[in-house]
Amino acid sequence: MKRVIKTRRLVLLAIIVLPFAVAWAEYADVVINMQAEDKGMSPVIFPHWFHRVRFQCSVCHVDIGFKTKAGASGITMDKISQGQYCGACHNGEIAWSAENCDFCHSGTPGLETGVEGGHKTAGPGYY
Amino acid sequence: MTRYSTLKLLLLLATATAIPATLARDWKALEEDDLHDRSNPAVGILQEPEEALSVLAPDSAGNKVNWVEAIRQGQIKPRASLYGDNPVRQHDTEVVMKNTLDLPFVLFPHKAHNEWMSCEMCHETLFRSVRDGNAISMERILEGEFCGVCHGAVSFPLTECNRCHSVLRDAVPASISGAVVPKE
Repeated sequence: MKRVIKTRRLVLLAIIVLPFAVAWAEYADVVINMQAEDKGMSPVIFPHWFHRVRFQCSVCHVDIGFKTKAGASGITMDKISQGQYCGACHNGEIAWSAENCDFCHSGTPGLETGVEGGHKTAGPGYY
Repeated sequence: MTRYSTLKLLLLLATATAIPATLARDWKALEEDDLHDRSNPAVGILQEPEEALSVLAPDSAGNKVNWVEAIRQGQIKPRASLYGDNPVRQHDTEVVMKNTLDLPFVLFPHKAHNEWMSCEMCHETLFRSVRDGNAISMERILEGEFCGVCHGAVSFPLTECNRCHSVLRDAVPASISGAVVPKE
């Protein structure tokens, strides 16, 4: 009997606490950590919201060639300094240059590559 | 007896607090978003979401911004190319999708999408430009295919059923099916 009550309390606690306990990153923030931490840098946090205020989707996803799946583009600092991926803009001309390491590599260590955000369905797949 | 009433009361309380939390238009500060490292010197320099997003057309989901309206109201003018000198081709037809079980039909507006991206974003990779040529299903969308590549990740989330399933089933003539409908 006591155990039943305990379980019920736990479930109840979960219902109340869970909405406040989940990570609440801004919708569509992307964690990029395929290589960063292995190479001694913090993970990258890419804010979609900041970039879409300034550029249409196809500028990055068609013209520059970012895949629409986190971790699929194979971004490296070498490519960036050659003007590919982030380096197409972050070159000191269109946007601040890639020398500002902290601006991108600002994530908490241990984060996994993926798309973050507060509004997700509880269905199958990635949600 | 008392225990059950308490349980009900707490459940009610949880629901009551959850609903305004969903509707409220607020944004987590970078140092509280569980992603940014508080000790990183960039936190405090990088723009806060609230500063950029609170002035844009409101919405109840995603970034709490109606991004299509934000462009239409002239609040933002995102460039169509790196140097903004290459406007994308505009296309203004609507597609009605009728294979929706007993849900309202789906109306896909090319215009709202085209204002945000060029044709090549979807065609011919995600979607074939052929009538009834795409085996779209909610399962595949939830798995991140078709509409689900963006919706649920960066565009308004998949919990917003009515925004796509927006056409009552008796409002469209039977002759129109999977059709590209020229807009008036």
